[in-house]
Amino acid sequence: MKVYVNGKEVEAKAGETILSVLKSQSVDVPTLCHMEGKIPSGACRICVVEIEGQANLVPSCSYPITEGMRIKTNSPRVINARKTIIELLLSSHPDDCLYCDKQDSCELLFLARKYGVNEKRFVKTVRNLKPDFSSPSIIRDPNKCILCGKCVRVCEEVQGIGCIDFIRRGFRSQVGCAFDSSINVTSCVNCGQCVNICPTGALMENNNIMMVKKAIESGKYVVAQHAPAVSVSLGEEFGFPAGKDVDGLMVSALKEMGFKAVFDTSFAADLTIMEEASELVERIKSGKKDMPMFTSCCPGWVKYVETFCQDFIPNLSTCKSPHQMLGSIIKSYYAKKNKIDPKDIVVVSIMPCTAKKFEIRRENMEDVDYSLTTRELARMISVYGVDFKNLKPQKADIPFGERSGAGKIFGSSGGVCEAALRTAYWLVTGKDLKKLDFESVRGMEGVKKTEVDINGIKIKVGVVSGLGNIKNILESPDFKNEFDFIEVMACPGGCINGGGQPFVKNKKTLAERMKALYEIDKSENIRTSHSNSAVKFLYEDFLGKPLGEKSHHLLHTSYLKRSVADK
Amino acid sequence: MSKIKSVIEKYKNAKRDFLIPMLQEIQEAQGYVSKEAVKEIARALKISSAKVYGVATFYNQFRFEPLGKYHIMVCRGTACHVKGSSQSLNIACEVLKIKPGQTTKDGLFSLETVACMGACSLAPVISINGEFYGEMTAEKLKKLISEIREKEKKNEGK
Ligand code: SF4
Ligand code: SF4
Ligand code: SF4
Ligand code: FES
Repeated sequence: MKVYVNGKEVEAKAGETILSVLKSQSVDVPTLCHMEGKIPSGACRICVVEIEGQANLVPSCSYPITEGMRIKTNSPRVINARKTIIELLLSSHPDDCLYCDKQDSCELLFLARKYGVNEKRFVKTVRNLKPDFSSPSIIRDPNKCILCGKCVRVCEEVQGIGCIDFIRRGFRSQVGCAFDSSINVTSCVNCGQCVNICPTGALMENNNIMMVKKAIESGKYVVAQHAPAVSVSLGEEFGFPAGKDVDGLMVSALKEMGFKAVFDTSFAADLTIMEEASELVERIKSGKKDMPMFTSCCPGWVKYVETFCQDFIPNLSTCKSPHQMLGSIIKSYYAKKNKIDPKDIVVVSIMPCTAKKFEIRRENMEDVDYSLTTRELARMISVYGVDFKNLKPQKADIPFGERSGAGKIFGSSGGVCEAALRTAYWLVTGKDLKKLDFESVRGMEGVKKTEVDINGIKIKVGVVSGLGNIKNILESPDFKNEFDFIEVMACPGGCINGGGQPFVKNKKTLAERMKALYEIDKSENIRTSHSNSAVKFLYEDFLGKPLGEKSHHLLHTSYLKRSVADK
Repeated sequence: MSKIKSVIEKYKNAKRDFLIPMLQEIQEAQGYVSKEAVKEIARALKISSAKVYGVATFYNQFRFEPLGKYHIMVCRGTACHVKGSSQSLNIACEVLKIKPGQTTKDGLFSLETVACMGACSLAPVISINGEFYGEMTAEKLKKLISEIREKEKKNEGK
């Protein structure tokens, strides 16, 4: 059908919303509560447009397009209405921008600037609600909340958790937890998806930059390790396109800031695979006890199992996550080799993730001291005044700098599974797979499946990202027969879309980050964890063999049944 | 606990539309909506506790703490308002150190506001455990509360 946008004739399909037509025409329309692919809530009304012949402005995100419609997106009426909406939002918003962590990516602030809000026309009525600093992962300041509802929806509809919701009403309405409890005692899994989607500073990661800075200044032996998904996203914070691998620059920047050594967590991902693939093979050989086996490298998922489906705790691999493994090896093997007192070592992990901040404080874990998100690292680099773009790239330090392509794809949903299958095949047959790639478990879909035949044994594999998706699978009656091995990542698409990653401004960003990881894998000579020579050496020199005595001690862990306030 | 169970049982297989009647019956049975009840309802309706709590706090009629031994209701109807009921409320809050909807730590008093008690001729009016006290003043209310406290103290001594 034909419609008219600002006088120009354009094509539209029946059933589309006005917003989707405008977007397809690259017409800029601000939105605050709109979520791609979800039913519109119409909460914010910032997306209003004018339709010729209609008395009232309409919200474009929820209004269906009709034949011949004449839409105006930039008439004085539209612009004034949007400006008024922003002014009203600001009238109950604290004037904290100068002190707010969100200032360089706050959508509310950008809109206020764009629409030229430069005076306070309405009486200021700040709400004085209590911020929640209880979580190691996220900080909630309901005073900065504009009640767009996106965090509530992502938590409930995408992640299947629902630990936050709208409570009370009218002026006292806010987003909060059941019984007004603080979020750390609830079923929140710390995934940070709510942080990523919040347009304001109401939700932010719990920022630990100053603690790390202090540790460096204290003269302790501070080492850094960086997760697979960080090098393909960090560049975005410095103007590089999404998916640009800035590994070398990042290592240089970390060195510049005073880290004594910089290691690659992907090395430990290879180590994880040695342990986890061995565990899988053993479980299968020993008569399929506690099957399907679940991956355990995502702390959001692990807490989910410990909270929502405790019957499946035995199904979780006992492997610690890669950064915990590396921290553990650094404080034992590396410390001894280099004659450093483990007490003087501070391990800082740079992660795409807010849940890692929770994980490092788990019961009986002391492997990692601080965990910074990709965003925090970018900020730290600018605090130190490092000229990121003009650094000379460096390689990560030995002995934990070498990695295989398999270790690198851990950052994408499907990567752990693919890496594990490559090595499981080798463990059983002594040979490498003819084709290392498992295309069917790549990509952004929430549920992916594949099968491999290892010496006549069929292994059925599931790959799930977004916790809402695993919830559905676990509730289906015979999923146990459907799978032998399931990889689960809390964040949709995996860690490339982690709660600590640079805020995504462009639809293509996630796909670009993911593509970059697989390209790195493809270009690598060493593409399987078992052929990583540094990993092999570590087993020869120290660990012995996978699932051996030392591994058991240093690389594996146990889980607990968690009781939370809202379950 | 069994009271919660029977309400849940009654609404077996119910959908979300029954959330409010369920909350009302729980409050009727328990005198308040306990955390346990919120969690049980959430489980039964397959929604989160935060959602149940969110809906319950949307309406003023629900309380989340057990009633005190002495339940004070302050009328906020028009007639009472005109005659200064807000003063009674402020005094009650001040003396008991709680807000409407809450219960004192010792469990002795709970406080609530109501839209109109239908006793406008006595305005401003409050009730304690259903008994009306009319033409309330700050002084009278303070006295009432301290008398109850005295009485309870004596009983405790026995
Ligand atoms: S961190 Fe994840 S689980 Fe926690 S409130 Fe946010 S979206 Fe929900
Ligand atoms: S916290 Fe952020 S995402 Fe959640 S409702 Fe408020 S403004 Fe929206
Ligand atoms: S998917 Fe990755 S980024 Fe997200 S919570 Fe899990 S480990 Fe963290
Ligand atoms: S984006 Fe359309 S109403 Fe919020």
